[in-house]
Amino acid sequence: MNYDIVIGLEIHVALLTESKFLCSCSTAFGAAPNTQCCPVCLGLPGSLPMVNEKAVEYAVKAGLALNCQVHHFSRFDRKNYFYPDLPKAYQITQDTYPLCTDGYLEYYIDDQLHRTAITRLHLEEEAGKLIHSGGSIVDSEYSLVDYNRAGIPLIEIVTAPDITSPRQARLFLEQLRLLMLYIGVSDVKMEEGSLRCDANISLKPQGSAVLGTKVEVKNLNSFRALERALEYEAERQRIVLEQGGKIRQESRTWDERSGRTASMRSKADAPDYRYFPEPDLPPLRLDPAWVERIKASLPERPLERLRRLEKEFGLSRYEATFLVNYPDFGQLFLELAVAGGDNRALINLLMGEYAGLAREFGHLEPERLTELLAIVDEGLITHSQSKAVLEELFRSPLSPRQIVKEKGWEVLRDVEQLREAIQGVLAGHPDLLDRYRAGEERLFGFFVGQVMRAVQGKADPKVVNQLLKEELNRLV
Amino acid sequence: MRRLAQLLAAGEITSTELVRRCLERIKETEPELNAFITVDEEGALVQAAQSDERRARSQALSPWDGIPLAVKDNISTKGLRTTCASRFLRSYRPVYDATVVERVKRAGLIIIGKTNLDEFAMGSSTEYSAFGVTKNPHDPARVAGGSSGGSAAAVAAGQVPWSLGTDTGGSIRQPAAFCGVVGLKPTYGRVSRYGVVALAPSLDQVGPLAATVEDAAILFSLIAGADPRDATSTEARPFALPAWDPQVVQGLKVGVPEEFFSSGLHGEVEAAARSVLRSLEEQGAVLQPISLASNEYAIDTYLTLVTAEASSCLARFDGVRYGERVPAGDVNTMFAKSRGAGFGPEVKRRIMLGTYVLSASHYEAYYEQAQRVRTLIRQEVARAFAEVDVIITPTTPTTAFRIGEKRNPLEMYLSDLYTATANLSGVCALSLPCGSDARGLPIGLQIMGNHFQEELIFQVAHVVEANVERVAGFEL
Repeated sequence: MNYDIVIGLEIHVALLTESKFLCSCSTAFGAAPNTQCCPVCLGLPGSLPMVNEKAVEYAVKAGLALNCQVHHFSRFDRKNYFYPDLPKAYQITQDTYPLCTDGYLEYYIDDQLHRTAITRLHLEEEAGKLIHSGGSIVDSEYSLVDYNRAGIPLIEIVTAPDITSPRQARLFLEQLRLLMLYIGVSDVKMEEGSLRCDANISLKPQGSAVLGTKVEVKNLNSFRALERALEYEAERQRIVLEQGGKIRQESRTWDERSGRTASMRSKADAPDYRYFPEPDLPPLRLDPAWVERIKASLPERPLERLRRLEKEFGLSRYEATFLVNYPDFGQLFLELAVAGGDNRALINLLMGEYAGLAREFGHLEPERLTELLAIVDEGLITHSQSKAVLEELFRSPLSPRQIVKEKGWEVLRDVEQLREAIQGVLAGHPDLLDRYRAGEERLFGFFVGQVMRAVQGKADPKVVNQLLKEELNRLV
Repeated sequence: MRRLAQLLAAGEITSTELVRRCLERIKETEPELNAFITVDEEGALVQAAQSDERRARSQALSPWDGIPLAVKDNISTKGLRTTCASRFLRSYRPVYDATVVERVKRAGLIIIGKTNLDEFAMGSSTEYSAFGVTKNPHDPARVAGGSSGGSAAAVAAGQVPWSLGTDTGGSIRQPAAFCGVVGLKPTYGRVSRYGVVALAPSLDQVGPLAATVEDAAILFSLIAGADPRDATSTEARPFALPAWDPQVVQGLKVGVPEEFFSSGLHGEVEAAARSVLRSLEEQGAVLQPISLASNEYAIDTYLTLVTAEASSCLARFDGVRYGERVPAGDVNTMFAKSRGAGFGPEVKRRIMLGTYVLSASHYEAYYEQAQRVRTLIRQEVARAFAEVDVIITPTTPTTAFRIGEKRNPLEMYLSDLYTATANLSGVCALSLPCGSDARGLPIGLQIMGNHFQEELIFQVAHVVEANVERVAGFEL
């Protein structure tokens, strides 16, 4: 039997506020353990939370960017469970009345527009960080806790079970990451934990309307892990079903090394979180005008930028996608490009050699890039010379014109000198010249190459072509 | 207190002398009373010396600078052990001051020590303290009431001129009644809870206890007002001392809820309350029978909400960050053993009840139902205050009971029968002495006022007080 894969994601995004969600401690990453704590985020007896307005603003921003309905009334709840990284033994979250609901995210996969529904988005607080002396809390002699992270604001985003393949799940998450980056609410680094994802996956007979039993997959620490784990899990479930077995509703953890998922706990063992309204915080009431102001100030979103790059700058989907996926390149492009104009040379430059160099050494100043394109356009240097100038630009503070001058890289315009070089090349390869005469025309290119080499690439290939043709015609 | 302030201002007495007087009185009476868990003799004398220096430089922080105060031991005091009368916190020293402590220190008050209570304020007799029972100064065979039993007894016995307590269902008013002093449960949100170890955050309030109405009002004026660290206090107005006006009862509409004068009410208590009502009528007040029929459900509602909230609030006492830790092989056993050893039987009972009423399968039947009834009670109280200015009832059905008399927890819970309504509806209420029974035990009268009507109930209490013989308090 064939099966449809059904996937829903639960994503946590750490918000990039300067201070924590419920107190004024710093959120800076990498400080010495337990130096960014206070009575509130340590859950000391008697301490009380106060909501950071910036966190609400960022969450509203994220909700609006995901086309959600932002509720002017939402409420905080307590989620109760014991764990050493949770200072109050409850997490302040939003259960019954979340901040945002009913949104969606659109993204392209292989030129096809997909839409994944967002069920809800709510605010909650982060837990501390545990460092175990052994492999886990159960087999460690001791564990250390760092509460610097405790109380950092998070948004939890829950998708509808709309995703139909592991690859789509990865692409969705990549797109979501990009969106959060564009609107500036998070640095969304999976390796630092500011972007985390759990996945629910089930199989159902192809075309069936009835959902199968779902399994929650955790410990997905990279985009690759998400895709691989879901591929493994889909295959595991398919085999169980084909052998007439039943899927157990459970949480499973992905093990990167073995490439397998392993059972963590069944649904029956799932804790009862005893949610109830947080009595220390009044409900969150938003001023509709404030929400409108945030909406009006939303920056361009990735999909909007993609469409603009295609429409206004004449880029292909591939090129536009490159610029969208690497916003720094996108920014540079938009600074230098001319709407409605010819931006071929620029995009070719950015996606060509420049990309590799910029990733290694950082971006160049836009003015120097503009000048580089200009001197190629003017014919001061050839296209192939521009690569050498480009490399030089990463090493030296000089302008492209200064570099060309200093290195003596101006295009050779002396026709006689070129002709001499051509004659020299042809004289040096009498055998090849004979074969060319006999009709082997593809040798033309070889001769061009040799001539360019002879003049250290300083000639305009068009002129070389022209002169070489004349010379060959004369000889033939 | 005005007299003390005058003596201090005139230099006829020093703060050091006052503190020594309190310390002597404590030494004399404490072996029998056990009102204090911690007496900070050294710290108090240092603070007193500083106060005297300020006075010498004419830089007194307030008229009350240098007057000693006792603080209930569930209110955080920086560096001074705060046990909540629990084994779990027997050596816990807060790293910060509660807002109310900060405020009384800012007025120059001297904290003499921390007073006894039922463990985590769970009880009505101060019998559930890990530090022994507090005796009633009027009869050491009887309880001082609770949970602020230590704070009430300390004032009644003249150990200190005034004290701070907390009131979740009657914990200031009931011991004030039993000990013959004045105690106020302020409007919910009028006094910051920051730093007060929570029993039930939606009901808890800090309030003053003193020998006279005016002294209670003075102490209240020092602690009232919004606190940016307590989100439930943001609408709180400060409180200024009124110009005492005996005419205030002229035409005053006094609500008399018949349900509070029915079965279970001790005859002598009823007689004392009725006598006050008659006297008020004679002075021009209008008595108006009202019905608070839903008070029948107040105790059940109160217990459901208190246990639910407490089970969550007390979960942080897990042995990880502070308090007593019982080492164990794994973390869950460590949690369980630490809590098992740290908490007394009443605390365990309430945590179990609270966990039960919040559990997924019982949430609707208990917690949610209790919230609905709370709304009804609130509406009923609001309707009553649309018709009357104050509501007057006995504070408790009986005078102080004998130590060990109430073996059944349910019987103990009924001590809050007349007081819990003010907490459930959030209105303010005070208790003041209105006579004694045949055994010479004080009888308390409760005056309830609408939200933020503290000034009115103080004024009315001041009028009542004029006709009542003072039975307790600090003497020079």
